[in-house]
Amino acid sequence: MLRQANPFPKVDCDLHLTLPTTSELLPFLDDYWHEQVTSRGIDRLELTGDISNLPAAIRPDWRGPATLERVQTCALDAFDTDIAICNCLYGAQAVYNADLAAALCGAMNDWLVANWLSKDERLRASIIVPWQHPELAAKEIERRAPDRRFVQVLLMVLGDRPLGQRSMWPIYAAAEAHGLPIGVHAGSTYRFAPWTNGWPSYHIEDQAAQSVGFQTQLLSMITEGVFKEFPKLRVVLTESGVTWLPSFLWRIDKLWRGLRMEVPWVKRPPSEIVAEHVRLTMQPFDGPKDPQIVREMIEQIGEEMMLFSTDFPHWNFEQAEFAPTGFDADLMNRLRTGNPLKTYPRLQETS
Amino acid sequence: MPKERVGLVSEIPPGSNKVVTVRGREIAVFNVGGDFHALLNRCPHEGAKLSRGIIVGLPESEVPGCYQLSRPGEILRCPWHGWEFDLRTGKSHCDPQGLFTRQYKTSVERETSPDSCGDAGLTAETFPVIVEEAVVLVEV
Repeated sequence: MLRQANPFPKVDCDLHLTLPTTSELLPFLDDYWHEQVTSRGIDRLELTGDISNLPAAIRPDWRGPATLERVQTCALDAFDTDIAICNCLYGAQAVYNADLAAALCGAMNDWLVANWLSKDERLRASIIVPWQHPELAAKEIERRAPDRRFVQVLLMVLGDRPLGQRSMWPIYAAAEAHGLPIGVHAGSTYRFAPWTNGWPSYHIEDQAAQSVGFQTQLLSMITEGVFKEFPKLRVVLTESGVTWLPSFLWRIDKLWRGLRMEVPWVKRPPSEIVAEHVRLTMQPFDGPKDPQIVREMIEQIGEEMMLFSTDFPHWNFEQAEFAPTGFDADLMNRLRTGNPLKTYPRLQETS
Repeated sequence: MPKERVGLVSEIPPGSNKVVTVRGREIAVFNVGGDFHALLNRCPHEGAKLSRGIIVGLPESEVPGCYQLSRPGEILRCPWHGWEFDLRTGKSHCDPQGLFTRQYKTSVERETSPDSCGDAGLTAETFPVIVEEAVVLVEV
């Protein structure tokens, strides 16, 4: 059912599908949860930070219901994409009831298979997991892993705990065992204020806080020893803004020299660990207009670190001008093909 | 290289150090479990006086959550930023090839000195006494 592998596919590493309402999941829920969802009126479970038609975030020509045809036309054909990794964020990943979360996440993965992956062979997906309960999340990974169209495990950057902590490790153990990178995507369950100074007042603050969240979660995964315990694990930071990375690494490399005795399992400078285990999708890319400065930034980040993404339908660029200033065509080709293939082993099997 | 006198062994008990200035250079001589190691008293990072750092062991781990402490008393943490230096080599733990402080050779020798007899004309009969003590020397 899958085509012969295309050795040089053009890959979009972050494309969003929107689950319009929980009722879409009813065909995939067992009797108990079917009745719970209908009798309790659990319908729209949108995440506060990811409203499906948020004007500030969704490109005007990409608004409206995300039908298969629309995704094919606007997100796949428009960019000549051969493979797209679909990331679906929904309230299932934020509800407090772990069993409800597990039921909804499982149903969402079924929904992805039935309504998307089976209908266009260019589509791949991240496994949606009830990370509120890492053991249940690991079970969902085990259940989906045999379907090679699931190529990643999806977490959000702002949840209820630092991602590196050992309570989260069942997720990483399962992901590593199946060769699935962990995709840490922008977004919050709003268990806590998005930064440490209390709740901000404005959307601009919430948006900017995401990058700070990526820094703290990346550091948590390093210091807690996730990459020591799971040496084959890859993490993809998705919608992180990207350019904060070098200065953050300079800082933590310096701090590591003076404080590594707290975390003696961190035996290498954090920047080396990040270079080996972490990648970043390139939309949005927070850079200046001057292409020369952008090229210097790319050198500091390392071009092998970045993966092409459109972040459809979010509004990061106009028309099909997805290459930020300073990104030349050769570089874009590497970001679209070589880098994703190295990051996602499953993409090399089928395309 | 000429040997310079640092002081008596008894002045520098294990875990302590003594700083001497030789031709304008400050050198810290550490007693590491009975062995003497001399380092330029200047952190190669930003110049803190290493003689003021704390002496610790080396924490190591192969598994997150499992800690081992080896080489007690052999690691110096710089007083300013806490970077670790191996007292036996002067090299930093995190970047031994790129970040190290200069090391000098030390030796311990016996030093003898005749006791002074004072003014013979005004004292009772005296007998010569030889004092022999161990001293630490550094080659600079």
